[in-house]
Amino acid sequence: MSQHPTQPDNSRIVRRLLLTVVGMFAFGFALVPLYNVFCDITGFNGRFNDGQAAANTKAVDTSRTVNVQFITRVNKGMPWGFEPEVRSVRVHPGETKVVNFLARNPTGKNMVAQAIPSVAPGEASLYLNKVECFCFNQQPLAAGSDTAMPMQFYLDPDIPEHIHTVTLSYTMYDMTEKATPDALAALAQPVN
Amino acid sequence: MSTVVGEMDHNDHHHHAPPGITRWLFTTNHKDIGTLYLWFSFIMFLVGGSMAMVIRAELFQPGLQLVEPHFFNQMTTVHGLIMVFGAVMPAFTGLANWMIPMMIGAPDMALPRMNNWSFWILPFAFAILLASLFMEGGGPAFGWTFYAPLSTTYSSDSTALFVFSVHIMGISSIMGAINVIVTIMNMRAPGMTYMKMPLFCWSWFITAFLLIAVMPVLAGAVTMVLTDKYFGTSFFDAAGGGDPVLFQHIFWFFGHPEVYIMILPAFGVVSAIIPAFARKPLFGYASMVYATAAIAGLSFLVWAHHMFTTGMPVFAELFFMYCTMLISVPTGVKVFNWVATMWRGSMTFETPMLFALAFVILFTIGGFSGLMLAITPVDFQYHDTYFVVAHFHYVLVTGAIFSIMAAAYYWLPKWTGHMYDEKLGKLHFWASLISVNVLFFPMHFAGLAGMPRRIPDYSLAFADINQIVSIGGFAFGLSQLIFLWVVIKCIKGGEKAPAKPWDGADGLEWEVPSPAPYHTFDTPPDVYDVPPEAK
Amino acid sequence: MSIRLITALMAMLPMASQARSQFNLTQGATEISQRVYDLHMTIFYIVCVIGVVVFGAMFWSMIRHRKSKGRKPAQFHENVKVEIIWTAIPFLILIGMAIPATSTLIAMEDTSEADVTVLVTGSQWKWHYKYFDSDVEFYSLLATSRDEIDNKLEKRENYLLEVDRPLVIPTDRKVRFLVTSDDVIHSWWVPDFAVKKDANPGFINETWTQVDEPGIYRGQCAELCGKDHGFMPVVVIAKEPAEFDAWLAEQEEIARQEKEEEQRLLAMSMDMDELMEVGERVYLGSCAACHQANGEGIPGVFPALKGSEMALNDMQGHIDIVVNGKSGTSMQAFGNQLSLKELAAVITYERNAWGNNTGETVQAADVNAYMNE
Repeated sequence: MSQHPTQPDNSRIVRRLLLTVVGMFAFGFALVPLYNVFCDITGFNGRFNDGQAAANTKAVDTSRTVNVQFITRVNKGMPWGFEPEVRSVRVHPGETKVVNFLARNPTGKNMVAQAIPSVAPGEASLYLNKVECFCFNQQPLAAGSDTAMPMQFYLDPDIPEHIHTVTLSYTMYDMTEKATPDALAALAQPVN
Repeated sequence: MSTVVGEMDHNDHHHHAPPGITRWLFTTNHKDIGTLYLWFSFIMFLVGGSMAMVIRAELFQPGLQLVEPHFFNQMTTVHGLIMVFGAVMPAFTGLANWMIPMMIGAPDMALPRMNNWSFWILPFAFAILLASLFMEGGGPAFGWTFYAPLSTTYSSDSTALFVFSVHIMGISSIMGAINVIVTIMNMRAPGMTYMKMPLFCWSWFITAFLLIAVMPVLAGAVTMVLTDKYFGTSFFDAAGGGDPVLFQHIFWFFGHPEVYIMILPAFGVVSAIIPAFARKPLFGYASMVYATAAIAGLSFLVWAHHMFTTGMPVFAELFFMYCTMLISVPTGVKVFNWVATMWRGSMTFETPMLFALAFVILFTIGGFSGLMLAITPVDFQYHDTYFVVAHFHYVLVTGAIFSIMAAAYYWLPKWTGHMYDEKLGKLHFWASLISVNVLFFPMHFAGLAGMPRRIPDYSLAFADINQIVSIGGFAFGLSQLIFLWVVIKCIKGGEKAPAKPWDGADGLEWEVPSPAPYHTFDTPPDVYDVPPEAK
Repeated sequence: MSIRLITALMAMLPMASQARSQFNLTQGATEISQRVYDLHMTIFYIVCVIGVVVFGAMFWSMIRHRKSKGRKPAQFHENVKVEIIWTAIPFLILIGMAIPATSTLIAMEDTSEADVTVLVTGSQWKWHYKYFDSDVEFYSLLATSRDEIDNKLEKRENYLLEVDRPLVIPTDRKVRFLVTSDDVIHSWWVPDFAVKKDANPGFINETWTQVDEPGIYRGQCAELCGKDHGFMPVVVIAKEPAEFDAWLAEQEEIARQEKEEEQRLLAMSMDMDELMEVGERVYLGSCAACHQANGEGIPGVFPALKGSEMALNDMQGHIDIVVNGKSGTSMQAFGNQLSLKELAAVITYERNAWGNNTGETVQAADVNAYMNE
């Protein structure tokens, strides 16, 4: 078999190429946070800026109203009842509103759930600010009990004129298996 | 930066191949490894093809006749994976192994032992993939694009095997690509500057960089699928803060350059064959190189055109539409250059030329449907229908695979030392050409009329079209057996081939005798001072 | 050969453009679908012209510039002017295509000011529709019988394109669809509206239509979603607005009555034969897609019910999994999809069919008790 002496610069090129391979593998994973940042900036895919917003400091724009619709869903195989108190509210941009969502755990076991928000149109998600929301944390619910969960929000007065309707959807997922210590601690407390 | 390859010391030469199975197991010879790749890809082509036959047989009539929908989905999935990773890519790697060292006047690939490894892990990858079909719950059934969460939460237990096998395929491709790059950068004969290299080397050089850039991303995607399914991560699961659409972004960031990985070497092959049989130098050599590089560069900016229906903001849809349309400019340049090469030439139509000409026409038809698919508003109608199936089969079968056939006929005399049977070759060509169009052309109509892809049964309106398509499919499948016959016949004997069987051909590979000796260019050759194809 | 095919295709088009074609895109029933069709034809004619020019030059060359005709090859291999021209011309053609494409796309993506909103949810392998601002919601399942699919019965006209409960929308109103999914990705597609939108689990997508003509419009799921991807059609009936309003009111009334009926049923006890009869129907409609008509499931994918530990011995567990589903699997919660009677019947059926002869019945009251305990 022929053996060609590997030239010194062979190994240099190979090293660089391998480094590129490793870099691109890492880049594949880096796409995950990059994508999230991209979504947050552009409202891509109606994904939500999930963080807690500061209270509104801008003037309320009473000249127009926006219809905010609420959609609640439970994931497949998730037995909870989950509904908004009202189907929709009309708000002025800048006006802060509180809407309650009702959840009920009809099963015989304690469960922990997480609500995942999504907004349509995606562009509107940039202007929908939540001061307080049950979706920031996992929600524990003891067997057979129910609860009202508040969500306090306002629309940024800079919301574009062409947006007349904003739909906010929550999908409730069963997280009992992946519950955070906080949620478990809350469950362990006696129901008062 | 041209590297001058000095004299090579080869004290321990075997001038003939060692006998027996160990020759193939332990070979580091680029010609042996090329042969292994080519045979492997042909076998995979038949395996993947027989799955296509199952698909077409089930679709011959409306209703479920032969297979269950779950098995049907496994067939479409594994057919895709095998044809992409098992047939087309290894075939091109085989051609690269055989031809690149001979074309640039190098004695072998730069990293011969790695070359051995990159081939020999492939059979294991595909053995694992095929074995998964026999597991309880069946093999992968989520399409070759393995969109999450169908491939994570809702897939069968064999998904781990699928992931493992894709990892091995990726490692093999990456090693092959590294070898090509190092060979081309370091092993060119003195005087063989970059702009004198045959276009096949150029297109493979660029392809190899694409492979290095995107195969690791694919590896990342399958790893995330693996951890999402088995280790509780939530990359693609909304419940844990992930997003299934993210999977598609990562996949197509790999997937679109992958499409060009499968077609750029085909451009190289055709750019060698058309000048040879037109007896006229290739038109616009430099613009061919730049066009290839431009296509490769643009391929990183168009991935989301596979995802227009996932719900993107308008500005993103427009961006990806415009970039995709732009790709047709360099692709057009290539087609025009080939036509200009033929223009006022002195053409003959041996089998390699016939396949190359069919490539130009049929690939262009695939390009036209590609341009139509780029237009976002109409893509909403075309997306995930048989129009797309027709499109990518025109590009991959009558594109990539026809070019591989052309290359095989073109270089068979060099590989075997015998001329192939021209009559049989022509028979193979005409049988393939007619059947492939009966197979794929009507799919355009089925798709436009509204037939979704990846369905085992369809409404009655599509019955006639599917029957015609299936007949074309069986005929195309059978036609490939003629090719097997031609190749075996050519290996066993036939008219002795001269060093240069094609009078219009040009390039260093024709300077060595036919069959090419086990070792070629131990001493670097004299190289022309003009590009071989532009002489 | 290909040229001839293209000419043949072009000859077919005028005739194909009438109504729903077997060979070409539909013109559809909305202004948008008409614009999409026109755009499709424009682009198609442009590529045909390019094709004729390029392939014409090629065939001319192949016929004229042959060695057998004694041609001596020319030796030119470069011409910068020509190359600039054939880079620039395609570029200009592309700009010509991009302009109408952009305006159509922007029109398609304008979902504002809708009159009716429908939440469309895909799941393996059916669609669910819910009218916003109303209590009306229902599942829409394939109505084609199993025997037709298995070639035991002759296939009818709308084979695989018919559902038990179609979506009803008003004509001349802007209808907004919010599309999402319960499990894997589906794609809601009605060719006549030029609407195709992916249903992504956990996220909602928006799209809209405004139908001009009353009629029945059929489509299919367009994204591979598992085993029965080919068996989840979309059927939409467009009615005049007044008719639509009447229909919606009627549906609300029916839903209310069904709830009352359900309460009444709690007091009643059904006998085994009746439970088995109803149960089999429900089973074939809701369960057989995964667990198979013979109860044997698909090993490794969907568990068998025949001889299963749960179906034979664990009644509470059985009721639980049917009512509440099982997280992280394909097993849905049927508690809010089926009536109490249907739940009771199907559980009874599963516990007594295929040799699972437990002899036990489950009554609507049992299920109700479980759900409200």
